[in-house]
Amino acid sequence: MPSEKMLMNGSHVVAEAAVRAGCRYYFGYPITPQNELPEYLSARMPEIGGTFIQGESEIASINMVLGASVAGGRAMTSSSSPGVSLKQEGISYMAGMELPGVIINMMRGGPGLGNIAPSAADYFQATRGGGHGDYRTPVLAPGGSQELADLTFVAFDIADKYRTPVMLLGDGLMGQVMEPVVFPDFINLEDLPKKDWILDGCKGREPRALFSLLLGQDGQLYKHNLHLQEKYDQITANELRWETKTQDEDEMIIVAYGTAARIAESAIEELRAEGLNVGLFRPITLWPYPMAALRELASKVSKVAVFELSMGQMVEDVVLSVGDRAEIHFYGLPGGIIPTPADVADFLRSASRGDGKVGRRIDV
Amino acid sequence: MITRTTFAGFGGQGVLLMGYILSHGAMHKGLNITYFPSYGAEMRGGTANCTVTVSDKKIASPVASNPDVLVAMNGPSLDKFEPTIIKGGLIFLNASLIPEAPSRTDVEYIQVPIVELAKEVGNARGANMVMIGTVCAKTGILSLEETIKGMQAAMKGKDKFFGANEKAIERGFAFAKDGR
Repeated sequence: MPSEKMLMNGSHVVAEAAVRAGCRYYFGYPITPQNELPEYLSARMPEIGGTFIQGESEIASINMVLGASVAGGRAMTSSSSPGVSLKQEGISYMAGMELPGVIINMMRGGPGLGNIAPSAADYFQATRGGGHGDYRTPVLAPGGSQELADLTFVAFDIADKYRTPVMLLGDGLMGQVMEPVVFPDFINLEDLPKKDWILDGCKGREPRALFSLLLGQDGQLYKHNLHLQEKYDQITANELRWETKTQDEDEMIIVAYGTAARIAESAIEELRAEGLNVGLFRPITLWPYPMAALRELASKVSKVAVFELSMGQMVEDVVLSVGDRAEIHFYGLPGGIIPTPADVADFLRSASRGDGKVGRRIDV
Repeated sequence: MITRTTFAGFGGQGVLLMGYILSHGAMHKGLNITYFPSYGAEMRGGTANCTVTVSDKKIASPVASNPDVLVAMNGPSLDKFEPTIIKGGLIFLNASLIPEAPSRTDVEYIQVPIVELAKEVGNARGANMVMIGTVCAKTGILSLEETIKGMQAAMKGKDKFFGANEKAIERGFAFAKDGR
């Protein structure tokens, strides 16, 4: 049965959702603004017979996730931007070894240690593979607390289905905001498909092995990469997610994800009252990016506005999707600043007038 | 209906708890809420604030451009947030600490001597409870029973404080009604 309506902060929501989604192995190293997540699990995991370990570092933690995944468990780590940078080597290894696992990034201001305020400047890192090699990481971007819960389930399912690390990309604001959430029911771990590749002791069966280093002279790595690419094509075909809120009379759409999309939605409500009709396109999977859906929508309007809590990262995917089908305008703010709906409304008015007073036009 | 309330004061004045009580009370009543706390690199004695949005419709942004209501528990909070309040908005002042009135003339305000009122009901540490009572009563967001329910949910497991807090919340409601 789903839970009753509960009031929790976003970090706690992810933690409880992970437990209900069958995560029994959590490894992490503290960093603001997501410490409530490990704090919650440090108490919760022992209750349900799971394992909570505060690793000696971020690198140790992601490699513990790798190990737990090798042994067949649903495993997770969480961090915030600088910590996620440290995990990139492990994520690349997991992608190469085809190991499922969930990585939570509650983004904060960067680069470097940056600050502890909300930001969304890790889009490039998350969607372009922050580690080395020809791999992709499915990236889910929740729009609020209920989606933090729901997409945590989705993250574990995609991870297992395709044997890949999956990233849930939130931000510091989302981690702190409290709103009512209804949790899906606990999954039954016994109901999950059996994994026929895990290393769980070979008594009574042929031994198995998992490799990260593929030196075979018969094009072993070449073939492996082609196999990975086939998998990424399948993910792109099957797992695209997005939300649109549009009306026929829209002259412009705004593209935003996560917290930025919520702020944009309030701005849109304000503008509709003024007679300026703007629709919302919210990508939920950032990789794969819902390019075709955005392209189709963009061909119905004259202008596409992009709003990000960064100086301009997702806008590149918007440009790839939209091309010259519509004018593209961008407005972004660096980490540490939380714009209000009024700021975004000013940008949309300016984009509508085309005077460039707020934000800028992107030349395609 | 949508009401955005910013609670602000020193760390330790129970600012975040007031927001938490309003959030729980409104959720139990079946309303939508978002609770957005500030969480800078702050320490005890620093500033704290949170914004609670309550609506009977879906709430998009937890960040408010211009709050409808400000609860200022100290002078610096009044200075910082007074300019952000919507025209015609309502400001609650902790009159035990803030002697002056807001400088704006296009907002309403109410001065609540919360420390004195809390002492009167024998709960000197319950000044924030008096304030949340006055706020809920004046704005009409929650009834007395709903506010008390919100307090109990927000302070789950701390039952020993419930009785004293209820008295302080009742005192806040009485002040909102009678102005004394």
